[in-house]
Amino acid sequence: MKVIIMGCGRVGAALAGMLDSNGHKVTILDIEPYSFRKLPATFNGVAMVGNGLEEESLKKAGIEEADVFVTTTQGDNRNVLACQIAKHIYHVPKVVSRIYDPIREEMYRNLGLDTVSPTKVVAELLQDRIEG
Amino acid sequence: MYIIVVGGGEVGYHLSKILLNEGHEVLILEQDATRCERLTEELGAVVYRGDGCEAATLESVGTGRADMLVAVTDGDEDNLVACQVAKHKFNVPRTIARITNPGNETIFSILGVDATVSSTNLILAHIEQQLPSHPLIPLLKFRSGTLEVVEVRVPQGSKVVGKKIGDFRMPKGSAVLLVVGKEKGPFIPTNDTVIEEEDEVVAITSAENEEIMRAMLTGEQ
Repeated sequence: MKVIIMGCGRVGAALAGMLDSNGHKVTILDIEPYSFRKLPATFNGVAMVGNGLEEESLKKAGIEEADVFVTTTQGDNRNVLACQIAKHIYHVPKVVSRIYDPIREEMYRNLGLDTVSPTKVVAELLQDRIEG
Repeated sequence: MYIIVVGGGEVGYHLSKILLNEGHEVLILEQDATRCERLTEELGAVVYRGDGCEAATLESVGTGRADMLVAVTDGDEDNLVACQVAKHKFNVPRTIARITNPGNETIFSILGVDATVSSTNLILAHIEQQLPSHPLIPLLKFRSGTLEVVEVRVPQGSKVVGKKIGDFRMPKGSAVLLVVGKEKGPFIPTNDTVIEEEDEVVAITSAENEEIMRAMLTGEQ
């Protein structure tokens, strides 16, 4: 699959490495080239400097042929804008957004986005550990 | 009307000041404490400190009874989310967003934001009005998002000069509303109105017929 990841933080970089080693064609976008140092040394995909909210960067990253678009930037709002562009303008078949705020996450899930709230997931994991 | 303004920057401040003077009930949502203090000093107790993208904040300022939410922060994505939360969680009848990237106009409209205002596009429209080329200038988009009011200036020596409006084969759903003659000034045209050089023609059309209208009214077919 051709996958575009927006945001090369710890999560974005780790995900890029995992998908790349599983044989997927990965392009990772970040506005800050220094972020790419987080990518694993074995990463064979494309690391591209660009803003995932802008048409030119998205096209350069190959959004028109992408099977998957994932956002992992620090900003919830940036993530949902980029995902909705990917979904409604470029009709990328699978679009997944990280949204920290669980309330916002629920709303966008109801609006048809595929979402993950790390806040909720981690809180639940911790609760499991504590309550056993 | 109860209007919520998201973002207490310069745009938010001036907008709220005017709306308050017009007698509207206005509430500004702003995250920065110092900015909140300044706005309160200038405008009175119409400022609430909080994130206008958060449902909890919007809940506590009574967004459910708001007639309109206007998001004017300098971040397009923040303005979008504020409008979407207002629409989908609180059924606010009308949402307006400021955008800086004109490319965002389409996605905002697809996602149900009722109107967008882009200063970039406004400045461009002004520049284009001064240029000798003959573009079609969008003046106003309808709420439904499909129809728009546009302006075209008839170029000198164009082959449409001398033609009657009734002789044009307008695309479906399009019509000429107003002609502003260089000497005659503005008037409502009839089918017998004859197009003259440098007439400014104001028409209503749909986005898909925009180019046909432009070509037809400038004679550059």
